[in-house]
Amino acid sequence: MRYLPLTDTDRGDMLERVGASSIDDLFVDVPEAARLDGPIRGLPMHMSEMAVERHMRARSKKNLAAADAPFFLGAGAYRHHVPASVDTIIQRGEFLTAYTPYQPEIAQGTLQMLFEFQTQVARLYGCAVANASMYDGSTACWEAVAMAGRVTRKSRAVLSGALHPHYTEVVKTMAQFTGDTIADSAPTVQPEPDEAGLIARIDDQTSCVVVQYPDILGRVSDLSKVAEAAHEKGALLIAVVTEPVALGAIASPGELGADIVVGEGQSIGVGLQFGGPYLGLFAVRDKKHVRQMPGRLCGETQDAEGKRGYVLTLSTREQHIRREKATSNICTNSGLCALAFTVHMTLLGEKGLRQLAMENHRLACIAADRLAKVPGVEVITRSFFNEFAVKLTGAKGIGARQIVRDLADEGVLAGVSLARLYPGHPELDDALLIAVTETSTEDDIAALAHALQEKLA
Amino acid sequence: MNAPNKSGWKPAMTPDNGASAGTGTLTGNRALMLEEPLLFEIGHAETTGVDLELVEAELPNRLGGMERKGSIGLVGLTEPETVRHYTRLSRQNYGIDLGFFPLGSCTMKHNPRLNEKVARMPGFADVHPMAPASTAQGALQVVYELGDWLKKLTGMPAVAMSPKAGAHGELCGILAIRAALTARGDAREVVLCPESAHGTNPATAAFAGYRVEDIPATPEGRVDVDALKARLGPDVAAVMITNPNTCGLFERDFKVIADAVHEAGGFVYCDGANFNAIVGKVRPGDLGVDAMHINLHKTFSTPHGGGGPGSGPVVLSEALAAYAPLPFVRKTGDLYELVEEEDAAAAETSFGRMTAFHGQMGMFTRALTYMLSHGADGLKQVSEDAVLNANYILRSLEDLLHAPYADSGPCMHEALFGDKDFGNGLTTLDLAKALIDEGYHPMTVYFPLVVHGAMLVEPTETESKATIDQFISAFRSVAQRALDGDESMKHAPYYAPRRRLDETQAARKPVLAWEGDRET
Repeated sequence: MRYLPLTDTDRGDMLERVGASSIDDLFVDVPEAARLDGPIRGLPMHMSEMAVERHMRARSKKNLAAADAPFFLGAGAYRHHVPASVDTIIQRGEFLTAYTPYQPEIAQGTLQMLFEFQTQVARLYGCAVANASMYDGSTACWEAVAMAGRVTRKSRAVLSGALHPHYTEVVKTMAQFTGDTIADSAPTVQPEPDEAGLIARIDDQTSCVVVQYPDILGRVSDLSKVAEAAHEKGALLIAVVTEPVALGAIASPGELGADIVVGEGQSIGVGLQFGGPYLGLFAVRDKKHVRQMPGRLCGETQDAEGKRGYVLTLSTREQHIRREKATSNICTNSGLCALAFTVHMTLLGEKGLRQLAMENHRLACIAADRLAKVPGVEVITRSFFNEFAVKLTGAKGIGARQIVRDLADEGVLAGVSLARLYPGHPELDDALLIAVTETSTEDDIAALAHALQEKLA
Repeated sequence: MNAPNKSGWKPAMTPDNGASAGTGTLTGNRALMLEEPLLFEIGHAETTGVDLELVEAELPNRLGGMERKGSIGLVGLTEPETVRHYTRLSRQNYGIDLGFFPLGSCTMKHNPRLNEKVARMPGFADVHPMAPASTAQGALQVVYELGDWLKKLTGMPAVAMSPKAGAHGELCGILAIRAALTARGDAREVVLCPESAHGTNPATAAFAGYRVEDIPATPEGRVDVDALKARLGPDVAAVMITNPNTCGLFERDFKVIADAVHEAGGFVYCDGANFNAIVGKVRPGDLGVDAMHINLHKTFSTPHGGGGPGSGPVVLSEALAAYAPLPFVRKTGDLYELVEEEDAAAAETSFGRMTAFHGQMGMFTRALTYMLSHGADGLKQVSEDAVLNANYILRSLEDLLHAPYADSGPCMHEALFGDKDFGNGLTTLDLAKALIDEGYHPMTVYFPLVVHGAMLVEPTETESKATIDQFISAFRSVAQRALDGDESMKHAPYYAPRRRLDETQAARKPVLAWEGDRET
């Protein structure tokens, strides 16, 4: 077998050294009744590299890749162009096949990269400190809610109705088991988020207020008032950013008063990958909260010769030291995705990120204007970055979800319907989220408009 | 690869690494060992390595008055500078591709490159998680087929694919247990874990609202069955046991324990971190397991990537299957669909959603590729070779190094040693750093906690006998120096990109981001 270097002669010699007459002697502690006598039935035997590749390619070809269609899906996962050098670098064996930098003297590559990553994320978010990554945006969001409970010693989290519903679900799932109370609310498809309603739900028991920025309908709004209202009641403001490219164009959540900023980093460097692996980002505005953060942190120090170097630090927060008293059970995070993010962000730089953001915004504005001209389409979101909500008022009971499916059959990936995101809310049936990035062309936009026009006619 | 030292040349080991013997370099570089500044010290705000097709038109602005004012504080590099910066950094890392990486409990096996190629096929890499099911049948099929492999390899009836890593999988298993108990109106409060457990086990149980109590161990390094049985009762929700355990031993009474736990109304969680030792040899489902996570990045060869991403699917028993998290993939006839919250029957019993989407697809494609490559026959050979390599190391070192459980039977896929009789106050850490100078990534150190100065060596099956023989020679050499009290080891490593790093200073005055351009 191509991945197994031992020969039968090696195996014989080694068994002799360990004093075993056969390999079965080494499995004597497995109860005889449970020991398997041959390969597990119902599974195929080994295959050649070529055969495996053929087998997997057949499955890959059954999917419609985003690059092969006019593509407008977003809602927490965005398609962006990733420069070729990003993938080349993350495939270097020294990065790809390393593990958590437990031995810092031979892991400075990963550690320095993480230090750069933490700095990039902190600056993008307008925060003092970012950690070395979490699994994804949704789990980072829950970890932030849990952290707010530790900081404030209160347990009622108030969730905006415009938070990604899957994030809300993750928070509610975890809260069932920790005793936190989650106050969420149904979404409403309006041009402006219900800021007054959200503020009215904050009380003295509130540990945190969780808002998405831009929100699930793509709306961009000032977080300062919510921040102020939360702080007045002794609660933290948690801002969730599912599209980090937006922060090349709009003010950072930290500047607007968010205490914890979390989000999805997938947009930068990582790719769509049918939902994972993604990259959870986690940062705090004020250094005083560092010791309550979950996850790994990389810090600067020096070696015995006075040379600058990096190590994992403040690990007394973590499970391998604190066990049941840890701030989180997280161990493995998203190291390689963090590398992809950092390399892509380095290629972009401040200038490239700003240009990329404005190009997204420009194309999204073109798409919104073009779709507004389609009879039976009403653009709802007024202030947005690269994603907006429309109502298919001309759908006449078919529902946006079915229209998305029908357009997919015609080779147009039109967007994410709110019915897919919010089952059990028939009032949202005609709403559709449309994301437009630099990968969308004006021809793609025209194709979407044309397909919708045909469908709604 | 790792040819024996045929030339016989040996570098001198002096505290100043020979610098006093010659002239220092102007750059601080040492030929192929190149120093590299931080990105922020070499990049510029106005530099970019990407060129977009920018339009010379007046840009629209519908940002609602929220435009960013002032600098973000990011810097960029051109493409050649970027490639060089990260290539130089990469060379300061140790990886499996470079050499032997016997990090116990982490299963640092070779990462096949076919896996990487397959994961990048556009039908997997460039598909949106909420793409209509009709356009993602092949992707859903991969999730389903990988789940089917995991069920068959473990002999379990159900699997949850969405957990993002091992610890997330543990949480999934414990939450399913908690949901099952709640469903029968049973408010149990305690989870039992052995002292030798991974730190994630007690952290997970505590996160799920349980009180954690230790399970005592016998002197031979296994769970004390009588003591465990005595502790069982109506307050115990679950036991979490790693099998093979972190002392490298198979828990031979696992089935007896599981039966007793079930008898007392509790559930059995098995930490599957060490599944590589037994895949194809015994099915956890035949031992009474209710839930077990599988680290695809350990047993099934997906890359560790410098600390993730992992992937932690959880196999579940019949008793827990209904409580599995959403979403999951269902096959009806030839069609695959994603079952989400709108499926009332599934939503009714599921404990909920653990992550925004449906799991680590990029790891699923890699793991399935690996499984297909090995097949059922190859996977059995994998565990046999992994176990043989570990026993070979154990028996080649036990005469020299303290091996606390050497008499407890064969080890499984890892061999455990302690620091007993080291001279002159030398520690396991000193030995590990000396191994770095010999060109190895050290074993796991100071874990499990039950052995003083623990050294947990996991060779995996992807190493040749020549590599292992050379490692044994090197390990014996540094172990002998430790026993002899060779004080030079206290200053190792000498030849790594950095000498020993000051972790105390890092924690006392944390510097967690570059602030070289900011007023302090």
